Amino acid sequence: MAEMNLLQAINNALDIAMASNDKVICFGEDVGVFGGVFRATSHLQEKYGRARCFNTPLVEQGIIGFANGLAAQGSVPVAEIQFADYIFPAFDQIVNEAAKFRYRSGNLFDVAGLTIRTPYGGGIAGGLYHSQSPEAYFAHTPGLKIVVPRNPHQAKGLLLASIRDPNPVLFFEPKRIYRASVGEVPEEDYELPLGQAEVLKEGADITLLAWGAQMEQIEKAAELAEKEGISCEVIDLRSILPWDADTVAASVMKTGRLLISHEAPLTGGFAGEIAATIQERCFLYLESPISRVTGLDTPFPLVLEKEYLPDHLKLFEAIKQSVNF
Amino acid sequence: MDIQERVTHTPDFTPGNALQIPIYRVLQQDGSVIPGAVVPDLDEAQALKIYHAMVFTRVLDERMLAAQRQGRLSFYLQSTGEEATTVGFAAALDDADMIMAQYREQGALAYRGFTVEEFMNQLFGNDQDYGKGRQMPIHYGSRELHYMTISSPLATQIPQAAGYAYGQKLAGNKHCTVTVFGEGAASEGDFHGALNMAAVLKVPVIFLCRNNGYAISTPSSEQFAGDGIAPRAVGYGMQSIRVDGNDVLAVCKAMQEARKLAVEQNEPVLVEAMSYRLAAHSSSDDPSGYRNKAEEDKWRAKDPILRMKNWLLAQNWWDEAREKQLLEELRKQVLAAMKLAQQRPTVRLEDLITDVYDEPPALLRQQLESLKAHIRKYPAAYPKSAGGVDHG
Repeated sequence: MAEMNLLQAINNALDIAMASNDKVICFGEDVGVFGGVFRATSHLQEKYGRARCFNTPLVEQGIIGFANGLAAQGSVPVAEIQFADYIFPAFDQIVNEAAKFRYRSGNLFDVAGLTIRTPYGGGIAGGLYHSQSPEAYFAHTPGLKIVVPRNPHQAKGLLLASIRDPNPVLFFEPKRIYRASVGEVPEEDYELPLGQAEVLKEGADITLLAWGAQMEQIEKAAELAEKEGISCEVIDLRSILPWDADTVAASVMKTGRLLISHEAPLTGGFAGEIAATIQERCFLYLESPISRVTGLDTPFPLVLEKEYLPDHLKLFEAIKQSVNF
Repeated sequence: MDIQERVTHTPDFTPGNALQIPIYRVLQQDGSVIPGAVVPDLDEAQALKIYHAMVFTRVLDERMLAAQRQGRLSFYLQSTGEEATTVGFAAALDDADMIMAQYREQGALAYRGFTVEEFMNQLFGNDQDYGKGRQMPIHYGSRELHYMTISSPLATQIPQAAGYAYGQKLAGNKHCTVTVFGEGAASEGDFHGALNMAAVLKVPVIFLCRNNGYAISTPSSEQFAGDGIAPRAVGYGMQSIRVDGNDVLAVCKAMQEARKLAVEQNEPVLVEAMSYRLAAHSSSDDPSGYRNKAEEDKWRAKDPILRMKNWLLAQNWWDEAREKQLLEELRKQVLAAMKLAQQRPTVRLEDLITDVYDEPPALLRQQLESLKAHIRKYPAAYPKSAGGVDHG
């Protein structure tokens, strides 16, 4: 085991992926010598050469188009989009191309090797174009997998699994905790399962569900609630697509209450999908309406980001409301 | 000299038409080679193979448009008038070079040996269609023939081709990728991103633009200002050539040279083939609303198949009797294959959920099971699949 922050864990996962398979290729804006604006690809060019780790011109649709072709050829591209806010020029290449490559060719061709890494989320004074959480746009696209890690150990295992998964994967990295989240990470090669949620803490009164950086807020809120005698079950969804409805439903059948939280706006957010599925599967077990604690239905603010974000206090209030319904 | 060192002291603008690229032509319409023109290295066997693929493509297009008009087919898209480009480029390649085309390049597939049965199975979306009945007619693909399955969104294949070629370069297999697109698609951002990336990253890719004058109804005069597509490559630091797209010898030679640059020097190249879309955009289009017959007739007189035939006759590699026999044979083949393809069973209901992922996730399997239960309840409403609900 070694102590690593989330960025170091990602860098370590990329290093292991490149060492264990020479078809793995990392590229994106500033990814080469500089190692990426957050340094997630530090030293990879030095170690594996310019052919396997390189800068691209500044063109997101080109980067993902290029990555799709490279994956179709049999390589294992790990493309970086510098901020999730800038992924939209590549929306067509992700939604119409990567996601449908295998389906439309009847499995003659695929982009099995493709992984797209991108930092997402607020809390870094990034304003409306360095803070967004666009996972819900992509969750509406069959053919993609979407993964969001919450800490360094998870990040390494989930990224290695994403790179090796035979489907295109969007890997959203919680940039606010890139350096703040530090933990023990096995130095060896390991993978964590995609499509499986993880129950972090068992409880009896309410299920708290989130992913990525929001897990930190959920855990803080759970501590506050425990002090008031409310027993919280805490679940990290980990994969947005496909998502683990079984684990969430089993938990809600036990607790009778569900709170879902994400930074993205409420309307059309992924919490809505979860709420719809869980009320269908757990209707007779529910003691209160499913609660969604999310960002506001506005662009992401700058000066008022603390007010906008679904922090532990907003979560704590929602937990009490749900329990006292 | 470094860009920062080249200095002038007068405000001189470079005109938008400073770079005007000529059209490389070898053959005249009567089949004679223009004196002094550089000709490709083509022997009789390959020349006849090219001609066969061009004629087959014309026959297929004529017959299938008729089938669409008779209501046998939902949609069709002809390549009439562009056969010299679509067959000629494929003839200049190694058969293992990757082709990532737009949707009007059936000539290249025909040249590579896609059988008439394979064409028909896709067009009719039957149980033998490689695409499992998921895409509209003409979205062909063949792994065996290194022909990427067609995707409707325009220009998406262009940056993909750059990526595919980068993989070929790393693999060191001395193959290249050719991507084909229209002059309309060259307005898309994907085109510009792709050319720039390919030039910067030095990948063995050939960008082949079919400038056929129209993007559905929009004439090229309303698509771009300036001297067409070919000069754009120069702006990205790439070699470029413009060729007469109705001249199969010129297309073939230009592509042979482009391939050398790509494969031997890892240099991307752009080739702009000047032609004319004699047919409508597709079976859903009616060109009489946006162009006149005189214009079409002018181009009909430049028929690329007739031009090649005249050349073959001049070589004594062809005669009218063989022409007649070939046309009869091909028409018979197409008709017979169409009948067979139409009679084949339809696709499996299970294939609604396969190939979305490598394995269908639990939710998709549940959705298929509920659908099956529903179809069992109302079999008459779903005649295509009702019979197959309980046995694959």
